[in-house]
Amino acid sequence: MSTPADRSLDDTDPATGDPSVDQGAVLTDPGVEELLSTLDAELVGLVPVKTRIREIAALLTVEKLRAQVGLSAGPPSLHMSFTGDPGTGKTTIASRMAEILHRLGYSRKGHLVAVTRDDLVGQFIGHTAPKTREVIKRAMGGVLFIDEAYYLYRPENERDYGQEAIEILLQVMESQRDDLVVILAGYRDRMDRFFQSNPGMRSRIAHHVDFPDYTSDELFDIAQLMLDQMQYRLSERGASALVEYIALRREQPDFANARSIRNALDRSRLRQAKRLMAQRGAALTREALMTIEAEDIRASRVFRGGLEGGT
Amino acid sequence: MRITQGTFSFLPDLTDEQIRAQVAYCLARGWAVSVEHTDDPHPRNTYWEMFGLPMFGLRDTAGVMAELERARGTFPDRYIKINAFDSTRGVESMRLSFIVNRPAREPGFALVREEAAGRAIRYTIRSYAADRPEGERYR
Repeated sequence: MSTPADRSLDDTDPATGDPSVDQGAVLTDPGVEELLSTLDAELVGLVPVKTRIREIAALLTVEKLRAQVGLSAGPPSLHMSFTGDPGTGKTTIASRMAEILHRLGYSRKGHLVAVTRDDLVGQFIGHTAPKTREVIKRAMGGVLFIDEAYYLYRPENERDYGQEAIEILLQVMESQRDDLVVILAGYRDRMDRFFQSNPGMRSRIAHHVDFPDYTSDELFDIAQLMLDQMQYRLSERGASALVEYIALRREQPDFANARSIRNALDRSRLRQAKRLMAQRGAALTREALMTIEAEDIRASRVFRGGLEGGT
Repeated sequence: MRITQGTFSFLPDLTDEQIRAQVAYCLARGWAVSVEHTDDPHPRNTYWEMFGLPMFGLRDTAGVMAELERARGTFPDRYIKINAFDSTRGVESMRLSFIVNRPAREPGFALVREEAAGRAIRYTIRSYAADRPEGERYR
């Protein structure tokens, strides 16, 4: 006698009498799968990171399914640490993570509050606790992303107020797990040292995700994606110039993966604009306005055997 | 005598669930929620002590509820209220204010008569709780 509407409420497996669970509904309904595939499509490389995120998403989905049939392992710990070199996409992934957690129902609002030491640690005695609490209150219901988290702990100064911020964070990470997900991010070796000196922090973080460096091919793909988004394109010779540029830039100091590429592209845009302005009188076609030529890239200092910082 | 003040003065005290729902409404409107406390129950006492700063930029009720729990832990025997401030230009004032905590025993008020010039009598009220210095009331 049941209508389709109420059958979904108490659907029992006729064989066992157990309530069966519609796995497809949980996976597709909140659009999680869709979110994960856009993650795959829009972010180049980062295979271990994407695998890890899929694992976490799967765990949370299964946890939800288990809750539907009355099994419970308690709320899962979702705090994470992202380690990797500069420009490997830690912040980008964190904001995607916030969205994924929101879709899965583990984060009520799904917003990302990105902070550094300055936002958490005060200038004088009694200043740190209210400051840290204010940030935590703003991040409640979402994700608190602490960039370069190791600066919170300064072993050389035992009166450093950072310790106080760490203690408040630890307390909230433990007692308000449903309200707040904390993601710590930073360079690999310094994060390792940070965790060694703060074992409490290490044990409260369930997921340690390591971001590998990009290969040259991946960096080129990233450049293509960035240019697409800015509605530029490379000429054929421009593309080969960029490949050479990437190979040279990798070997030079202060290389920051995707961030270096973004900076390089911004500068080639400048040179392109300058070049176009110089050809006074010639009609500027749509094509010309969009195209970055080899000379725009080859003018970089990188091709003249290096640089003193930057570029 | 049960003191009432503010938006829901005609209702019984709100439960935590109801408080959370009201706070969610305030945050959805973009109002800044703040917590204040006092132990002077006079009806004209509108300027209460702030418990921390007003909370701007919150997205979720959990932050406010945590702050309220801290206030209740610190001042279990005082009046505590939640205010919502609307910073919209031209409004810039409280939109909502309601009591969320009160002392276990509220002794009420005495009627005070003052002999004035002529045979006039002036009337006022005085809280029994306010006979003792601030901080020692409602112990």
